[in-house]
Amino acid sequence: MDAGTVTTVGNGSVSEPVLSVRGLEVDFVGSGHPVPVVRGVDFDVYPNEVLCIVGESGSGKSVTALAVSGLLPETARIRGSIGLNGTDVTSADDETLRMMRGQEVGFIFQDPATTLNPVLPVGRQITEGQLAHGRLKPADAPARAVELLREVDIADPEGRANQYPHEFSGGMRQRAVIAMAMAGKPKLIIADEPTTALDVTVQAQVLAVLARRQAETGAAVILITHDLGVVAEVADRVAVMYGGRIVETGPVGDIFKSPKHPYTSALLQSIPRIDATEARLEPIPGTPPTPAALPTGCTFHPRCMLGNGRPRCQSEDPALRPVGPTQMAACHYAEEPRPTPQAATVRSAPAPRTGGEPLLAIDDLKVHFPIRKGILRRVVGHVRAVDGVTLSVDPGETVSLVGESGCGKTTTARTVMGLIKATSGDVRFEGRSIVGLSRGAMRKARRQMQYVFQDPFSSLNPVLAVEDIIAEPLRIHGLYDEMGGDKRIAELMDMVGLSRTMFGRFAREFSGGQKQRIGIARALALQPKLLILDEPVAALDVSIQAQVLNLLQDLQKELNLAYLFVAHNLSVVRHISDRVAVMYLGRIVEESERDALYDSPVHPYTQSLLSAAPVPNPEGRRARRRIVLEGEIPNPAKPPPGCTFHPRCFRATERCRSEVPAFLPYPGLPTRAACHHAGPLRPEEVPGPARDLEMVR
Amino acid sequence: MKKWLQALRRNLVALMRRPGAALSVIFLLAITLAAIFADFLPLDPLRQRVANALMPPNGTNWFGTDELGRDIIARVVYGARTSLITAAGAVAIAAAVGVPIGLVAGFFGGWRDAVLMRFIDVLLALPGILFAMAMIAVLGRSQLAALIAVGVTGIPSFARITRAQVLALRKRDFVTAVESFGGSSGYNMFRTILPNSWSPILVQVVVLSSVAILLEAALAFLGVGVPPPTPSWGEMLRTGKNYLYEAPYYAILPGIVLTLTILSFDTIGRALTEILEDRHDTGAGLKPEGSKA
Repeated sequence: MDAGTVTTVGNGSVSEPVLSVRGLEVDFVGSGHPVPVVRGVDFDVYPNEVLCIVGESGSGKSVTALAVSGLLPETARIRGSIGLNGTDVTSADDETLRMMRGQEVGFIFQDPATTLNPVLPVGRQITEGQLAHGRLKPADAPARAVELLREVDIADPEGRANQYPHEFSGGMRQRAVIAMAMAGKPKLIIADEPTTALDVTVQAQVLAVLARRQAETGAAVILITHDLGVVAEVADRVAVMYGGRIVETGPVGDIFKSPKHPYTSALLQSIPRIDATEARLEPIPGTPPTPAALPTGCTFHPRCMLGNGRPRCQSEDPALRPVGPTQMAACHYAEEPRPTPQAATVRSAPAPRTGGEPLLAIDDLKVHFPIRKGILRRVVGHVRAVDGVTLSVDPGETVSLVGESGCGKTTTARTVMGLIKATSGDVRFEGRSIVGLSRGAMRKARRQMQYVFQDPFSSLNPVLAVEDIIAEPLRIHGLYDEMGGDKRIAELMDMVGLSRTMFGRFAREFSGGQKQRIGIARALALQPKLLILDEPVAALDVSIQAQVLNLLQDLQKELNLAYLFVAHNLSVVRHISDRVAVMYLGRIVEESERDALYDSPVHPYTQSLLSAAPVPNPEGRRARRRIVLEGEIPNPAKPPPGCTFHPRCFRATERCRSEVPAFLPYPGLPTRAACHHAGPLRPEEVPGPARDLEMVR
Repeated sequence: MKKWLQALRRNLVALMRRPGAALSVIFLLAITLAAIFADFLPLDPLRQRVANALMPPNGTNWFGTDELGRDIIARVVYGARTSLITAAGAVAIAAAVGVPIGLVAGFFGGWRDAVLMRFIDVLLALPGILFAMAMIAVLGRSQLAALIAVGVTGIPSFARITRAQVLALRKRDFVTAVESFGGSSGYNMFRTILPNSWSPILVQVVVLSSVAILLEAALAFLGVGVPPPTPSWGEMLRTGKNYLYEAPYYAILPGIVLTLTILSFDTIGRALTEILEDRHDTGAGLKPEGSKA
């Protein structure tokens, strides 16, 4: 197989690949049978190009990258060849690998918090590898560290080089990791989900730095991600992995425009998009296969619309073959026209607000956590996690709270639920205040609203069987028999699409999506009127997110539920919400109807957030200009004076530094915003190409 | 509840897959059964036949007789009763007091935690053997005194293990979830956190059992254990050492059985720790705490 032996790269020249992988297979040998994680992968990476490997959990994408770097654990058995600049990695000895890691390959891992050694100054760490390889004299190291930090846009690199990782913010740490990976001027950089742990405005900064450094050094980059938005923003070529194999590969534009493999096209249809709203998502049925239990034949056939149960798909694993001039796909029927997706059910336009009593009304809610110091535990300050939030949710409505980590959105949700004590302000449910209620009264109030947690892996009690998990709220309220006992549980399981045959199973036997369904069924047990959904799909695989989002929409229609939806993913929020409130540093900075907010935002923070979010549309990326915000969210214990956003704001004036803007209606739009200079984005405010990510492409 | 019985069975199955642990389980099972059904065996630990004192092993007395002509096998079997009852009682006391202390301290934190854990620190500061001897001085030489003394010294390890487990679980979403649908603190502590904490507590039960048996034997060896003529392994070792020249076999059987019992408990404890650490379905994989007295 010749997976693109000749590829023209950006500058039009033909060159030798930096990395050439042929027939790579990786098995993990544990106690039982060997588990095939990677099953025959071929690809090349050329200088000055970005290859994105996309896949869901268990697709083998990370293991492929680890195999390339020779970092697999000893339980892994590798077959096939990995040629890195002419050296075969699979047969290389430890010393060759060691030299290779310093000079040929650089790594960027997902979590910068664990990649950096907490007891070494950052400057020393990023030159450590070069010192160890003897490519840098100890006397030159400090100067080189400063230079490397400057190259990744770290302000005050001289001062920062002597600081420790905990003094760096998340985005700065990841940029330091990029500096470290680039220190040896490697020809290949492997970045494994480099921005997954970061906020969207910080993600934009980090991707911009990575792209610029890549262009400056001409290195090849393998970027592993599950985020199709990131792929569309940075990739030159894409390899889609499923069940341990590459199922489709080709230039990024072609893959997004005319995907040939049914998995790729299904994946593209299943993601909520920030640039489109109304279409109902087309989820891929089922769950991604686990390497230990792969389906026979084509691994995608149980979930495939195109194969539709044809015997050839069930018996024969299709080879990766050219389909069209630039793309390759592993599908027997790649040339066949796709079955047209079912007519998209359009989400009805948000009902006009009734003006009646809202179901939930949050009024100037403040939650301050005291900071205590010393032996006497004296209060020396407060973390203003929530600092004056006013918001209401009508019956049957979805209101989203969106913002970056640390903005106070989860704290707000948990305070509404009564899990955190409010410092001041009021929360009214159906007109009655639920702040400061007695235990018994609070218990009653909680029947009307329920919480769905972000992480389905930790929100279900591991020692209870599924029916007991769902029944627990009923038992606590003594309503189990009254509500119909087992019958009620079976009904709830039907409602969320779980089979009754699953009775008696424990939480660990379920997949992530199923666990989240159990969490939703449990929340519905008491027949609440309001669900507080805390990032309910953030921990799920892309193809599973759509299933859960559709379920939430169906349940809302069926049961007239109101949702308070907390999320950081702007695409998901656009898909599910009626109204959206954007939070920054404990306050709502802008709130409006969904389309008004996305189409004509007036607060500069909303504008930057929307511009930083990656759009899964490679066509648009050349035209798109983005505002890359400077810096990161300030410490909520010491918020800046005046408007808290002013240090990062492109419109900030003297007034913003001293005067807190009021949260006021914006004329002509159903919007309220807290900004002295609220207004639509003017063209001259968008930075020119000099700051733009696309400059380097 | 049947859920934790299931967990117990699962652990037992995992234990039996390891040869060392399986042998230990079988050995302890044999000892326990012998201790329980000793009355039905043709053994009498109290019958004295002074004429047959200090007999070497022979057809009727396979391990010989002691200085009063009593059968050594019989005394070892009945001695197991003493050891196991002391261990079971001590573990029961330690767990019954220590686990709730750890639960409350870990769950509520704040001043309750401070007060309870300082109390635990005080208990921890008492040297086990000295405390036991003081208890015996007060309560007199009896099995109950030994049992209480060993039990009290075991409280801190249970309290600390449980508290650590609670702290690891307290912030988990499934505990917050129970709070969010209106479950009380008591419900959360005893119905949510405790069932998720059985594994490390179980390990601690095994570990403390061996500590208790050893401590009981030590007390008897020092002459302050169960009063004669009740048989006890420690007591037999104590007497046996006086006859090491005339009857070296005297101390052999009690010594071997005591060593094997302790070894078995420790093997099981270590295997359980490994099994539970491999399994990620409950909180933090915690190592058993507890020092040999």
